[in-house]
Amino acid sequence: MMWAILSLLVENKPGILFKITHLFRSRNFNIDSISVGVTENPDYSRITITTFGDEKQVEQIVKQLDKMIDTVKVEHLDEHKTVYRELSLFKIKLSNANDSMEVNKLANAYGGKVHDVKKDSLMVELTATPDQTQAFEELAKPFGIIDVARTGVAALQRSGA
Amino acid sequence: MNNMETMTGAKALMTAMEKEGVKQVFGLPGGANLPMYDEFARCDIRHILTRHEQSASHMADGFGRVSRKPGVCFATSGPGATNILTGIATAQADSSPMIAVTGQVPVAMIGKDAFQESDIIGMANPVVKYAYQPRSAAEIPEVVKKGFFIAETGRPGPVLIDIPKDVQTGEADMVFPDEFKIQGYHPWSDPDIVAVEKAIDMLLNSEKPIILAGGGTIISSAFAELQAIAEALMLPVVTTFKGKGAFPENHPLSLGPIGMHGHAEANKMMAEADCVLAIGTRFSDRSVGTFETFEKRLKIIHMDVDPAEIGKNQTAQLAVIGDVRVNLRIMVKLLLQKAIKKTEDTTWTKHVKETKAYWKENLKLHPGEMGAAKILRKLRELLPKEAIVTTEVGQHQMWASLFYDVIQPGTFFSSTGLGTMGWGFPAAIGAKVARPDVPVVDIAGDGSFAMTENSLATAVLEDIPVIVFVLNNSILGMVAQWQRTFYGRRMIGVQQEHCPDYVKLAESYGAQGLRAQSMDELDKAIKTALSSDVATVIDIPIDPEEDVLPFVAPGTSLGDMILPS
Repeated sequence: MMWAILSLLVENKPGILFKITHLFRSRNFNIDSISVGVTENPDYSRITITTFGDEKQVEQIVKQLDKMIDTVKVEHLDEHKTVYRELSLFKIKLSNANDSMEVNKLANAYGGKVHDVKKDSLMVELTATPDQTQAFEELAKPFGIIDVARTGVAALQRSGA
Repeated sequence: MNNMETMTGAKALMTAMEKEGVKQVFGLPGGANLPMYDEFARCDIRHILTRHEQSASHMADGFGRVSRKPGVCFATSGPGATNILTGIATAQADSSPMIAVTGQVPVAMIGKDAFQESDIIGMANPVVKYAYQPRSAAEIPEVVKKGFFIAETGRPGPVLIDIPKDVQTGEADMVFPDEFKIQGYHPWSDPDIVAVEKAIDMLLNSEKPIILAGGGTIISSAFAELQAIAEALMLPVVTTFKGKGAFPENHPLSLGPIGMHGHAEANKMMAEADCVLAIGTRFSDRSVGTFETFEKRLKIIHMDVDPAEIGKNQTAQLAVIGDVRVNLRIMVKLLLQKAIKKTEDTTWTKHVKETKAYWKENLKLHPGEMGAAKILRKLRELLPKEAIVTTEVGQHQMWASLFYDVIQPGTFFSSTGLGTMGWGFPAAIGAKVARPDVPVVDIAGDGSFAMTENSLATAVLEDIPVIVFVLNNSILGMVAQWQRTFYGRRMIGVQQEHCPDYVKLAESYGAQGLRAQSMDELDKAIKTALSSDVATVIDIPIDPEEDVLPFVAPGTSLGDMILPS
């Protein structure tokens, strides 16, 4: 199984996200994460999908997406030549006086920002790769994670790559 | 700006369709498509009324497959729209060009669970090539233009146009564009000369090469090219069931369809081949058996217009992407340039000939006078070679595959992908509208015919004289065969109890009903039907115990056929 980042340039019209996700369902593919946003040209949106599959499956996903009339460009990005990040918000429990400082240190180590500091909890905003986010989550678990929200990956290929 | 004129959306729809060359629409009116129906009073497009929207969609499908131009069907919103879903899915599964136009509740009512509202765009999404829902009347001319273009180019398919009622009645200054752009749609690829040259090398360097012609060969009318290549390289030709009749089945190199109920010689030779030129096929499970076994030991050259088919079900050593006729023409040209013309039999071609001769001689057939093989061979004998045949779905369909030889390419059509019972009769009506000059016969079973038999009203009232050739075993025969083979002869839910009487049923619609209980009667009935100018049902009682054999059981491979004992 491989993890793949797919970048789709699509026409910015209603119903397209539905068609893309429907394709994944009807062809028995998986969506690991998905993020959507309009591009610098308001006629287009960029959809970034991360998925798991063997090489043949990923190739099929790309071909089926490419076949869709609403997709203008479909790319399977090489993760080593791509900048990819997702934004996550973690609401973390604070059980004693030390926790606040410890969580702050942890957040700093991962380049995170701290928000909404309360007596019993605080929120960490993290922009990182899914692997880094996963690692942060493991380290934050002992404090107690109350809630997590993740945006899914956004990705762009590096220039010249 | 050309042709600017103020008109309603409904009028714009009909005008745009006339510009596309539409001569008739199959359909059924209802509340949400009445403005469009009213336009039939003011245009030259013929309306052919059906008794069920599903039949309208199959008629459009049959018309499209035969004429290679999109057939058009109309249905109202809600249940009208859901009734054509089966027809749309059937057209999509078999890459048939179709335009389905549905009425929809007014824009402001969408999402309010209005009377006869259904989210047909959402429901149809996975079974259409594309779908449009214009939200203003002014969009209609371009939507129609693009819809026809998408339906008939590249790999053809159905396009749904869902028009809210107020968009039909709304007025706008209409522009009928000659040019348009669909940015994400690339139906054509450049011819691939390098790949075609490689393909020739691969075929020349294999010991046991074979051609597998699929439905794409028929869609692109690559008949002459296919025959020229087969003859120049002395390649035996098998087809998929959808590709049946891509190659004349009386040709010495023809082995017939492979698959679950393929010809024994076709399955045997396909299983032994070491290199296949696969043309316009998606390697369906019904054609190839288990995917893993099929591609083992086999070098696959895959020619297809749809890049997504390459590597989907089978791994190709060489892909030739693009219209198969274009690439086959290049192959013919290269073979001529290189003066490649084989005339000497090889060990392989001799073996193929012997195998074919053996099975012609030794396949055991039903011993009775009214066995399926005898009946279908009689039909073949009496039909002119240009006659068009459609089939329903079931045992009769597979017997037609086995025993009705297609002589003139592109005269045999069936619901092969979705396997839609009830398809054959309305599709035959659509085919007859496309080709009124040739006889059109629906080879049917009693179970399938029952599903759309009310299309007899359309055939009679609209004067579309097709022949329904019912192999009547009074049982859902293919299900019964599986129950006999895999479920210990427990026959559940299959008995039809000779209900209805198809002769009387035909007569009640004003059609001709004939019954044939012997070969003599069959001979007479077919001749009567062919010389009649009214739709005819020929009811042919047959043995409910007759199996379709050979049979490649699901999950096994083509070499392992169950044969008649």
